[in-house]
Amino acid sequence: MGILDRHKVLEKNATLLLVCSLGVVTIGGIVEIAPLFYLENTIEDVEGVRPYSPLELTGREIYIREGCYVCHSQMIRPMRDEVERYGHYSLAAESMYDHPFQWGSKRTGPDLARVGGRYSDEWHVDHLVNPEAVVPESVMPKYSFLLNKEIEPTYITDLMSTHRMVGVPYSDEMIESAKADFVVQADPLGDSAALLERYPGAQVRNFDGQPQLTEMDALIAYLQMLGTLVDFSTFTPDASR
Amino acid sequence: MSKKPEKKEVGTTGHVWDGIEELNNPLPRWWVWIFYATIVWGIWYSIAYPAWPLLKGATEGYLGYSTRAEVAADIAAVDAKNADLVGKLEAADLTALSGDAELYQFAINGGRAVFAANCSQCHGSGAAGAKGYPNLLDNDWLWGGSIEDIAFSVTNGIRNEHSPDARWTEMPAFGEILSKEEIAAVVEHVRAISGQEADAALAAAGETVYLDNCAACHGDAGEGLRDMGAPTLNDAIWLYGGDVATLTETVTNARFGVMPAWSEAYHPAGGLSAAEINAVAAYVHQLGGGE
Repeated sequence: MGILDRHKVLEKNATLLLVCSLGVVTIGGIVEIAPLFYLENTIEDVEGVRPYSPLELTGREIYIREGCYVCHSQMIRPMRDEVERYGHYSLAAESMYDHPFQWGSKRTGPDLARVGGRYSDEWHVDHLVNPEAVVPESVMPKYSFLLNKEIEPTYITDLMSTHRMVGVPYSDEMIESAKADFVVQADPLGDSAALLERYPGAQVRNFDGQPQLTEMDALIAYLQMLGTLVDFSTFTPDASR
Repeated sequence: MSKKPEKKEVGTTGHVWDGIEELNNPLPRWWVWIFYATIVWGIWYSIAYPAWPLLKGATEGYLGYSTRAEVAADIAAVDAKNADLVGKLEAADLTALSGDAELYQFAINGGRAVFAANCSQCHGSGAAGAKGYPNLLDNDWLWGGSIEDIAFSVTNGIRNEHSPDARWTEMPAFGEILSKEEIAAVVEHVRAISGQEADAALAAAGETVYLDNCAACHGDAGEGLRDMGAPTLNDAIWLYGGDVATLTETVTNARFGVMPAWSEAYHPAGGLSAAEINAVAAYVHQLGGGE
């Protein structure tokens, strides 16, 4: 019996065709969908990763709005040249609170996964205002308007609630104090003890050097914490990954 | 009439609808075999390499391949190759480094790479600096230009919160201390001692202001003071600029140049090893201004 004749059996028997189609779809479905339910196990346990503070989260929104991901990746691949240039390769845990993740797919500029602490705040301001002032060969656009755009924590509670909806463990306390935390992180004279307790390792200072709170503050707060959360002295790579 | 394939040449599937027959054109054999081969390859791959996600972790694969193990091995191989020189560089007496030709060459070449990846963003890819970021090619050093001074600056940085040994001084914002007129006068004085065009009368008035407020750090004649990281003012080299507007801004609001601490002991996201710091210090030292 040729394969066409065997297939004819299916084609001429509607119930059998239905049952067999269901079987095919089921196998495909299980293979594609089932792993999503235990995706968590692909994220190794590391110490230090926490959800973004309200100001950092706002900075991240600005990063996305301005399309920084179009030219900058946030993914150090496990290759010797990348590790030597950018630092330890990225871990899944480091972007587990990113919605959407900012791994990127193209580097016109350098990778930013570990840009935190590499440069001074002043450098970031100079560089965002006019990249060519500090890096003459740069082709990055100017973002000087960020210095003039003042921000208020109007929507921060909504933003954090949305992130909680998709799995970021923001506690009720974090959401309730979001507006206060938002302001205090850019105020070196404010009382930031509660903020630091909620977001360990958060950096508190006036990021853009201006008295008012601007988008520049938020973006630099975000950039300066990138890649700084994991303590790699306590990290042992899992060989099966 | 166009040429119609003959039924006998092609054969039919046997399906007929209203007299229309479905011809049977099977895929070329070579295509079908490649298709089968990819299926076999897919099965082999999922056995040989990490593939199937399980409840805890994933299958490890028959070959035991791991990207992370590979990159660790890559790095270890290069480290092993350089271990001898890196070990020597780590322990090297920096002042005597140039005596060992091979080690010195290794340090400078390695330092060039470290500089390009980490330092060039502020100091420029040619180390000529930018406004607010010192030029490293000249003889004018804020904190000292010996190879050891440079290594210390790289290790601990300047005015950062990460290293307890960071070089740290803070110029007061004289806008809160001096009047506008006094600032204008002292600016003219600074322009005069740096050999620029200046209003003589204002400059003379500014000298007193200068001696009372600025000379403690910048020196009576504007020669600067390295212990304070206070720039020399009586030369033509400017960190922020020597024009009236920039000088006025500098005196009024002060400057607070920050450099990160690059030692891996202090740097929040990685940092440089002791050998890398020695290498980049050697590189910067030989750029032109090293003492």
